[in-house]
Amino acid sequence: MDWNPLILTFKLAFITTVLLFVISIPLSYWMAYTKSKIKPVMETLVSMPLVLPPTVLGFYLLIAFSPSNAFGSWLDEWLGLKLVFSFEGLVIASIIYSLPFMVHPIQSGFANLSPTLKEASYVLGKSKIKTLNKVLLPNIKSSLLTGIVLSFAHTVGEFGVILMIGGNIPGKTKVASIAIYDEVESLNYAVANNYSMILFAITFFILLLVYLLNGGYLKKIK
Amino acid sequence: MIDISIHKKLQSNSGTMNLDVDFHITNGKLLTLYGKSGAGKTTILKIIAGLLKPDRGSIIVNNKIWYDEDKKIDLRTQKRNIGFVFQEYSLFPNMSVRENLTFALTKGQDEKIVSDLIEIIDLGDLQNRNPDTLSGGQKQRVALARTLVQRPEILLLDEPLSALDDEMRIRLQQYVLKVHQEFNLTTILISHDISEIIKMSDYLMELDHGRIVSKGTAKDMFMNNSRKVGIELFGEIIAIEINKLEAKVTVLIGRDLINVNIELDEVKALRTGEKIIISSERFDPVIKKIN
Repeated sequence: MDWNPLILTFKLAFITTVLLFVISIPLSYWMAYTKSKIKPVMETLVSMPLVLPPTVLGFYLLIAFSPSNAFGSWLDEWLGLKLVFSFEGLVIASIIYSLPFMVHPIQSGFANLSPTLKEASYVLGKSKIKTLNKVLLPNIKSSLLTGIVLSFAHTVGEFGVILMIGGNIPGKTKVASIAIYDEVESLNYAVANNYSMILFAITFFILLLVYLLNGGYLKKIK
Repeated sequence: MIDISIHKKLQSNSGTMNLDVDFHITNGKLLTLYGKSGAGKTTILKIIAGLLKPDRGSIIVNNKIWYDEDKKIDLRTQKRNIGFVFQEYSLFPNMSVRENLTFALTKGQDEKIVSDLIEIIDLGDLQNRNPDTLSGGQKQRVALARTLVQRPEILLLDEPLSALDDEMRIRLQQYVLKVHQEFNLTTILISHDISEIIKMSDYLMELDHGRIVSKGTAKDMFMNNSRKVGIELFGEIIAIEINKLEAKVTVLIGRDLINVNIELDEVKALRTGEKIIISSERFDPVIKKIN
């Protein structure tokens, strides 16, 4: 069995999750506390990947990133980025596709914190950044963990978007979910089953870990 | 001297209200804001703290302008030297009692103040505990200590004692008075409890619908000193029973219930839950010793 698709899958999920985490903290903070009128529009955009068929998202990304278009050629000329049928393209697409899975838990974590925590920290003379790092984030650890794990697991399970924008290039864009489809098409059920079992087991244990941690079942071990 | 002049249009569930207050406090005094909920008391404290922005006005603390709409000055909350104890518990759950206090230190500040405060407010036994394991009274004591770490110029207390039982409340009142004097603080307290107000405050301001309706010392406001012989009891109306000829009003005074019969005309102005004073000028009590 070729392990490359599995390695590629977890590499993609890891990079996507790290980048998403960095992007989502300021975005969630803004969405939780803003009184801006464009908030509903932003919330809608962030949530769109939940309901949109992945092929729709993939189709528009394919069009946008295509070097024959203005945006795609600009990316290529100025940043040297080829986002169609490349690993970088998969990362960008995955970030957009998994955005709600990271933003929603963190946003509701912020929103559920008592507003007096933030105010009390400001009154003590602490800046917004220090308040975020020392008071707000440490008190929403379980939301952060939920966001990280859901985004990771969701990226592992991605199929439609990747097929549209990445295709099926071994070592570059052929992730496990694509490999399974490929093996089934070639009637290699045994190989498809191997990939499937591994994905099944890993996602099961990742999610189990989250529920154990957030449910406090592992507290005694700590 | 602290000069405050605030105007702000507020949206509440009962429509719009114009908050419009103008007052000053002498340094070292304790001023109590008193009035129905929704009268704008908490809003005033939040505006002084910079957590809310007024529409117009100015806040000048010891000749330093904290806020002035005309001069476009609006110091951030972080730059205003205030202590604020909130009605809800506001301790940081991710830090121990002691860490809550050390978090409040400013850069380069001597840590000794933390130990001093732990001693003054008797937190020695609690200092390594997690806030979740403390009682309401203990939490508010920690919050009071925490807010004093940076030696504020003004201490703002937003009904910090309202969720506590009587015994805890009286102890906390003593702590507040102790630090108010020891740290030479200028304090603004919000309170509904008349015995607390009389005990604690130098001055009192009553608010209604965003306006100051009366001010003076607690004694002036609640007691009429011109009366030579008389009785005055502060209480809360528990029930009103209207009969044919007169009405029976049940009033809770301290822990005792008293029934008062009054005329039907008078009862119209009263509602259950209101704070009232029962007074009698012709007063001829019988006093007996209890053995």
